[in-house]
Amino acid sequence: MIRKLWAVIWKDIQMYYFKGPVIIFGVLFPLFLFLAFYIGRNLPAAFLIPGLLAMTIFFTSTSVSPVIMPWETQMRTLERLISCPIEVRTLIFGDILASFIFGACISAVPVTVGIALGVGVKSPVILAAAIFISAFCFSSLGLLFSAPPTSLVSNIMMLSAFVKFPVVFISGIFIPMEQMPGWGVAVASLSPLTYFTDLARYSIQGYAYYPIYLDFVVLLFYSALFLILAVKLHERTSAMRF
Amino acid sequence: MEAIEVKVMSKSFNGIKAVDCVSFNVHRGEIFGFLGPNGAGKTTTVRILTGVIKPDAGEARVMGCDIVKDTQKAKEVLGVVPETANAYPDLKAWQNMMLIASLYGIPRREAELRAATLLKEFGIYERRSSKVKGFSKGMKQRLMLCMAMISDPEVLFLDEPTSGLDIQSARLIRQKIKELKEERKTVFLTSHNMQEVNVLCDRVGIINKGKMVIIDSPENLRTRIGGSLAVEVKFDKAVDMSMLGFNPERVGDNYKIYTTEPHEVICSIVGFATLNGLKIMGLNVQSPSLEDIFVKLTGGSND
Ligand SMILES: Nc1ncnc2c1ncn2[C@@H]1O[C@H](COP(=O)(O)OP(=O)(O)OP(=O)(O)O)[C@@H](O)[C@H]1O
Ligand SMILES: [Mg+2]
Repeated sequence: MIRKLWAVIWKDIQMYYFKGPVIIFGVLFPLFLFLAFYIGRNLPAAFLIPGLLAMTIFFTSTSVSPVIMPWETQMRTLERLISCPIEVRTLIFGDILASFIFGACISAVPVTVGIALGVGVKSPVILAAAIFISAFCFSSLGLLFSAPPTSLVSNIMMLSAFVKFPVVFISGIFIPMEQMPGWGVAVASLSPLTYFTDLARYSIQGYAYYPIYLDFVVLLFYSALFLILAVKLHERTSAMRF
Repeated sequence: MEAIEVKVMSKSFNGIKAVDCVSFNVHRGEIFGFLGPNGAGKTTTVRILTGVIKPDAGEARVMGCDIVKDTQKAKEVLGVVPETANAYPDLKAWQNMMLIASLYGIPRREAELRAATLLKEFGIYERRSSKVKGFSKGMKQRLMLCMAMISDPEVLFLDEPTSGLDIQSARLIRQKIKELKEERKTVFLTSHNMQEVNVLCDRVGIINKGKMVIIDSPENLRTRIGGSLAVEVKFDKAVDMSMLGFNPERVGDNYKIYTTEPHEVICSIVGFATLNGLKIMGLNVQSPSLEDIFVKLTGGSND
């Protein structure tokens, strides 16, 4: 079981993640999007870095993970894979873990940038835990996007973009929770990214909107929900890919 | 125990019956040819038997393992070269082999040993460190065979393994299939190449529009079809053969007559030629080919 899981992870890393463009895009895309919003606003780095980190981990964890299944359906590598003695759930879990590794590793970049800019990490343990849970949570979300049994990568990309961009705007990255109107907070509270952003602000800026334990509980809840949904849906739809 | 047992298995796609109440057995150590026109349901059958899709109804077992209830166990004893599947293009040939080996739970050492042997046998060992995307079609297909065989499966499913390959690659693959038979392995072979099936297979099943039409050995099939022999004749000029009777069939310049009484037919032909002042340019008696039988049983049409 572990060996099969690792085989899937290793395959994903070699095939999809360990590629110059994917890595560079993973780092640069959140950075540019972020700069587009903050350039010339002269905000302190300690405020910016948690937001950049949240965007990076969210976009990297959901960038490649939704594409794998439709791509493999189209390239017809999936039939070869699925005729091996491996369960759909192992396959999906492996895809999630590969994306998790990618998301967690890339998120080291904004953290390093922050430290280089003189931003101190006040609670490294909390930050690390938050990064790990969130990378897993968003990777599971990515796999959830790919549950429809299509071979059209573009359709899945559209579907995921349709969810991803609104989520980024409602999650307290650009507007701190404290400055949001009541309805804004209500909407933000639905997004798992809100809770990661909150934890990142706590670890770096030293204060959080929600209690720390609540952030973790909600992130764990969403992780479990996305994981279970992704596995169940893929178990149902995988046979329709042939 | 039979290697493959299929009982009244059916599968529809959007109301179209791709496989319709098919039942058959494949014995252990047998090479079973599975023939049918395009869209007959061959690939669908292979996909069900290899656990890729589920049947709507019926049962199937591979080496005694139920393919629906015990899918993983069944998958462990079988190997497959799917009709349209590919190896990972951005992985090296060797990495593809190791990936499959890990998924079958083969210990690393053993996997490396087997991979090296197989890749050498199939003539792609020198290219083991190249990415598969640079491989030719024949090399990819040979690699797919190596990947299917790395687990040393008891039952091997090959869905049109030689289609579109050059003579050498096709020959190599056929040679390997023969060797598998010597090792008492079971092979389920789908093909459109009658010659290949005729030479390799112990028994042949013909499927048409989702229904199994007939299962028998190639020799028996040939003798079972009406008028088991074909008399083929060629005259020096075009003639109206219908005057001869026997319901001749025109094949190019030749006429073909299926009969159980070749003596009578030949005498009549000779009489006919003498009477009409024709010269016989060629005359031979042949047992009908598998292709003749196939065309006869599947109505010569597809869909
Ligand atoms: N995933 C699918 N969705 C819809 N219809 C399908 C699907 N797979 C197969 N079919 C239909 O089922 C029938 C049987 O197809 P199948 O691929 O099994 O034929 P085949 O005998 O392998 O043909 P070929 O010789 O062309 O490979 C066809 O009518 C095909 O259109
Ligand atoms: Mg087919």
